[in-house]
Amino acid sequence: MTTTLSNPAFEITFAQDQATIILTGEWTLDHGRRLEIIMGELLVGLGEVRKASLDLKRLDRLDTLGALVIDQISHRLGSDGVKVEMPDASDRHLALIGAVRHRNEPMVSPRRSRLVELLADVGQTVVHAGQDLVRGISFIGEVVVAIGRVMLRPASFRWASLVTQLELIAFRGAPIIILITFLVGCIVAQQGIFQLRRFGATAFVVDLVGIITLRELALLLCAIMVAGRSGSAFTAEIGSMKMREEIDALRVMGLNPVDVLVVPRILALIIAMPILSFLASLAGLFGAGLVSWIYGGIAPETFLSRLQSVINHRHFSVGLIKAPFMAVVIGAIACIEGLNVKGSAESLGQQVTASVVKSIFMVIVLDGLFAMFFASIRF
Amino acid sequence: MDASPQADQDLIIKVRNLVVAFGDKTILDRLSLDVRRGEILGFVGGSGTGKSVLTRAILGLVEKQGGTISVFDTDLDSVSEAGKRALEKRWGVMFQHGALFSSLTVAQNIQVPMREYLDLSPTMMNDLAALKIEMVGLRPDAGDKFPSQLSGGMIKRAALARALALDPEVVFLDEPTSGLDPIGAADFDDLIRTLQQTLGLTVFMVTHDLDSLASSCDRIAALADKKVVAVGELKDMLSSTHPWVKSYFRGKRALARMKG
Repeated sequence: MTTTLSNPAFEITFAQDQATIILTGEWTLDHGRRLEIIMGELLVGLGEVRKASLDLKRLDRLDTLGALVIDQISHRLGSDGVKVEMPDASDRHLALIGAVRHRNEPMVSPRRSRLVELLADVGQTVVHAGQDLVRGISFIGEVVVAIGRVMLRPASFRWASLVTQLELIAFRGAPIIILITFLVGCIVAQQGIFQLRRFGATAFVVDLVGIITLRELALLLCAIMVAGRSGSAFTAEIGSMKMREEIDALRVMGLNPVDVLVVPRILALIIAMPILSFLASLAGLFGAGLVSWIYGGIAPETFLSRLQSVINHRHFSVGLIKAPFMAVVIGAIACIEGLNVKGSAESLGQQVTASVVKSIFMVIVLDGLFAMFFASIRF
Repeated sequence: MDASPQADQDLIIKVRNLVVAFGDKTILDRLSLDVRRGEILGFVGGSGTGKSVLTRAILGLVEKQGGTISVFDTDLDSVSEAGKRALEKRWGVMFQHGALFSSLTVAQNIQVPMREYLDLSPTMMNDLAALKIEMVGLRPDAGDKFPSQLSGGMIKRAALARALALDPEVVFLDEPTSGLDPIGAADFDDLIRTLQQTLGLTVFMVTHDLDSLASSCDRIAALADKKVVAVGELKDMLSSTHPWVKSYFRGKRALARMKG
């Protein structure tokens, strides 16, 4: 079937104010660009005639594109007042051209100016941000109501789901979180030693690392990791369930998706975050102790005794108090974004990205608010 | 139904002794089948007997363990990568659930193969996509919609439009009328008939729909016991003695349809 391709072409012969146009070669998709050029040439070459007859007998092949071009030629000629006919065209060619004919003019979407579009975009973003906030608050309300329902009827709670989520979030997440905080603990201690050494205050590295790890660092790293690991997983799971109408299936069975999917995940996060944050603090302090010993010459016994005198229960509790709030923020954002997924694969990707970015942002904002709060109550 | 066997048997697809197995489970065992140029071949078989596997084996989506498949007189085993590309331009596939790209509009979906293979100006590409949309009986504004905004029947039509994007010689349709109401299914059968006649298509159609088989197929092939057990027109199916073919075409539902 690999015959040499014969290029599409045409010949025009004039007789008085009539023209006969003979079309030859393959008028097919393979010659797309060539056909478009030919259409222009033909319309120019024809000039002023009253009647044109198209001869299709010498066409080697014709497909929908060729038929479309022929139809467009005769349409243009027709609108210039030229009478077009196709005598002796084969039935097959006529059927094809007939199938292509009678099309509506292609719709031209109205174009707006760049500035207007930019302003509209900005406005839309602001409105969306406001809607996000309202939706977030009402969603957290819904979750609280659902948790209340669970407390009233503990038998209806999905314990299996809670345990699975706990395993995925806490148990499987612990190694990487411990490793990261250990390393960050090392780095902070090392930098602290280098800077404090100039003032002869190397020993103060214990205060620095102890306080910053327990109050901020361990929890923040932990929250960012959990948002990246578990938040994205929640969004993707719930989102793909939404895409395949599984959420609707739950609804029609009389099950509330918030009860079934959201509450176990958020509760698991609320339980897991303090645990992870505690483990992270230990790892961070361990790393700092190790580096202080190696770089700063602070023996482990000195490190521990100084740590005991510097750190009181308040530093420790600040980290733990914040953990459940971070958990709720991460869980709520992840689940809302999951439920917002539309039908397409692209939208799933967008929502997962949005879920991670928004929860990390909110975690840091919340941490800042807590810092201000604890400072003002001198905790 | 006057598709008498043509004198020159111009075969577009030739499957010989095809063996496909997954692990140690044999799905198709030395299956042979011909598809002639210009016909609509209906392919029937019970659920899970390997109808889709045959289609996917012809399309090269499933590895075969034995036998030969040739399409357009080209053996798929010996064809080069470039030859395979050239073949793929000549067939169009409509998957059962449409398999439209969900992040593209219908018009963009139709233009995907065009962009890949053709040299066309954007205007012409838009005209051509609009034409295909209209040919499959969708409203012109469907072109700007995303697959998630379409109904089941519209998805089928959009998927058919994409299958026809490059004016293929053969189209593979996987259960084109499944999930459509009887009126929609009948419309779709008519559409396939009309397109087959105007565009000179060859159609390979996997279907369960007895109405489609009766109204639009020139020939029917029945798959049972890992083989094609009967090929022919509807009347040959009705007179077949194979137990599965008998119960399919002369079962309660089939008889009710035929009488009606």
